[in-house]
Amino acid sequence: MKKNLKLEMRNIRKVFPGVVALDNVDFELGEEVHILLGENGAGKSTLVKILSGAYQKTGGQIFLDGKEIEIKNPKHAQDLGIGIIYQEFNLVPHLSAAENIFLGREPSLIPGVLNLKKLYASAQQILNDLGVDIDARTPVKELGVAQQQMVEVAKALSLDAKILIMDEPTSALTEQEIEKLFATIRRLLKKGVSIIYISHRLEELFEIGDRVTILRDGKHIGTFPIKDISKPELIRMMVNRELTEQFPKQKATIGDEILCLQNVNRDGVLRDINFSLYRGEILGISGLLGSGRTELARAIFGADRIDSGNVYVKGKPVKIRGPRGAINLDIGFLTEDRKSQGLVLNLSVKENICLPSVDRFSKMGIVNRKQELEATEHYIKELRIKTPGMFQKVVNLSGGNQQKVIISKWLCTEVDILIFDEPTRGIDVGSKVEIYELMNQLTASGVAIIMISSELPEILGMSDRILVMHQGKITGDFSAEEATQEKILHKALGGN
Amino acid sequence: MKLKEFLIHYGRQFGTLIGLLVLSAILWILTPYFLTVSNLLNIAQQTSINAIIAVGMTFVIITAGIDLSVGSIMAFAGVVLAWAIQSGVPIPLALLIGLAVGLVCGVVNGLLITFGKLPPFISTLGMMSVARGAALLFTQGRPISGFSNSFRFLATGEILYIPTPVIIMIIVYIIAHYVLTHTKLGRYTYAMGGNEEAAVLSGVNVKMYKTIVYGLCGMLSGLAAIILTARLNSAQPIAGIMYELDAIAATVIGGTSLVGGEGTIAGTLIGALIMGVLRNGLNLLGVSSFVQQTVIGSVIIIAVLIDMALKKSKK
Repeated sequence: MKKNLKLEMRNIRKVFPGVVALDNVDFELGEEVHILLGENGAGKSTLVKILSGAYQKTGGQIFLDGKEIEIKNPKHAQDLGIGIIYQEFNLVPHLSAAENIFLGREPSLIPGVLNLKKLYASAQQILNDLGVDIDARTPVKELGVAQQQMVEVAKALSLDAKILIMDEPTSALTEQEIEKLFATIRRLLKKGVSIIYISHRLEELFEIGDRVTILRDGKHIGTFPIKDISKPELIRMMVNRELTEQFPKQKATIGDEILCLQNVNRDGVLRDINFSLYRGEILGISGLLGSGRTELARAIFGADRIDSGNVYVKGKPVKIRGPRGAINLDIGFLTEDRKSQGLVLNLSVKENICLPSVDRFSKMGIVNRKQELEATEHYIKELRIKTPGMFQKVVNLSGGNQQKVIISKWLCTEVDILIFDEPTRGIDVGSKVEIYELMNQLTASGVAIIMISSELPEILGMSDRILVMHQGKITGDFSAEEATQEKILHKALGGN
Repeated sequence: MKLKEFLIHYGRQFGTLIGLLVLSAILWILTPYFLTVSNLLNIAQQTSINAIIAVGMTFVIITAGIDLSVGSIMAFAGVVLAWAIQSGVPIPLALLIGLAVGLVCGVVNGLLITFGKLPPFISTLGMMSVARGAALLFTQGRPISGFSNSFRFLATGEILYIPTPVIIMIIVYIIAHYVLTHTKLGRYTYAMGGNEEAAVLSGVNVKMYKTIVYGLCGMLSGLAAIILTARLNSAQPIAGIMYELDAIAATVIGGTSLVGGEGTIAGTLIGALIMGVLRNGLNLLGVSSFVQQTVIGSVIIIAVLIDMALKKSKK
């Protein structure tokens, strides 16, 4: 396996403004499935993005078949035989599988006129070789997720990829589909395609991987043949800190009930949701992608309509009409996707922090700028937001500081209930702890927090109580003491 | 305001301003008459109508929208206003009627966009034709001419040697700048254009504020109609054809991004002045109107190209 080394990356460094994403990382790939393992923010995605030409490395060397290369851009990476399949597919939904596979390289009769016969035939050939049952003429939007992924694989292979990078390929697949994917991977391996496989799911790794490289905080921790290593060892190398250090959870003083949902339904999304939230607590909500976690948050915040059921805020029955209504009831919502939903990237730190509070800062429609500036200054200092100034556009801040801007924005409206959806996604480890400490301060001051997270350690480390969702229903309700990773997963998968 | 804040907010406008000054310097060298008080006032007066429409356009474009109907709305508001005056409606009331026609057309645009969920391009394209047709129907295609001197003073009069349209324009710009920088409406205009979803989730009533913005744009077209009618002593149902493009050009040259979320009123004023100076200079130089069209079009393209190149290099 070590022979026939296809790819070697030596001392790879990548620096983003303010963050060292990769710190002298080594990586090599032979004819194998090489697993890249690490927590969120460990540097896996950065490393493969350098390979796929999406990022330029700051330092280090890359060798392909023994020759040193500089990967200039994604097109160049393709030409070198490096294909990548991202978690989010890059397919055009209205075009057929065949058209997607050959997008930009369509076979033509004369320049500009497609050779449709050849297009469909070649695409079908590739799909058949992959052993998947897809008609090349089917529009991609009519295919299932697993099939769309196969179209992506076919696209990469049509480019003559010798190295295929798969970023979390199984995150949206069912058990059966995963089996099929693995069969395809094995077939590809026989054809001489090497695979870099990124995943969090430890079970899978032992099934499909040959070797594993562990990254942590942008550093190379180790590379091992998968059969020489055990699961606990892998976890220790991935995390390498006690849970208590990582999650500075403080004992909460639980106060009065502040929010109560009774039999809340939203057609096809939420079913019979019942729970109460108390001042001073962090209520963790766990569940798989599509379990209705985010939908629940949006319903509480008035962003989506509730079809039936009762909501009580501070003991009073309420009908929440739109986000404005929720804000008037002192509810705030930190969305999962900061950039597309939480921030106006092109506006300044000040504008973003003050946006939901402009009402409070203005009389007859005229904004009191002095109050705005004072409030902004206060939160920049209090939350230690690292920014050159309050007029800096938020697009230029790091993920952690952007999240602090969003937290400030809600603190500024004086919320009592704060919903965090994936509070630390894409945020580096140091800032994560700061965000957790902020949560502690908030709960200590009597704010109630609902924390939705895909990261079980985060749920277990920070919550006072944990709800688990599955298919729009609450299927589990644990206290922090009784909850374990296994129990939560069991409920999240719909177990009894 | 601190220097740093000032530069962040207005750095882009300095670039455009320098462009305007360079252009003026060239024209001054080519034709000394360019830099005389009477010519400069002339330019300001000729610019005023486009400049006023461009203010509304700036608000609309900052929300990431577009308004193609401003020229037609101006024509429609103009003929209704002229009819009102000639029917003996007192002038102040007639002026309000003119503004109201513009406002109503703009609000309809806004409602179609927010509640009808139409793309701004489509709804205002429709309104462009509807308002034009309404103006033609209303007048049977004939201009309405002949007004009292007190009405015509709005375009031909002077206050302290400054033509009235210029004074109206300056007042509009001061108010618009204040609204955009110091009011809720201004904050929300930027927020809606920068990220509508985030604005909604921050509790901004996007439907209402967008409708207000389009209404405002329509009302400013009504104001432009008043000045134009007074200046020509006639309201023409075919007035203002292609005015939407001049207003968009002034806005974009002034640094407002068509993607939304960015732009200033000061920039738009400079943009409108660049258009006006260019027209005036080409006239003074005796350049034929066919060539003028081509030159002005090229200037728009070059201005935006330079702007994009500068933005890219900053990143």
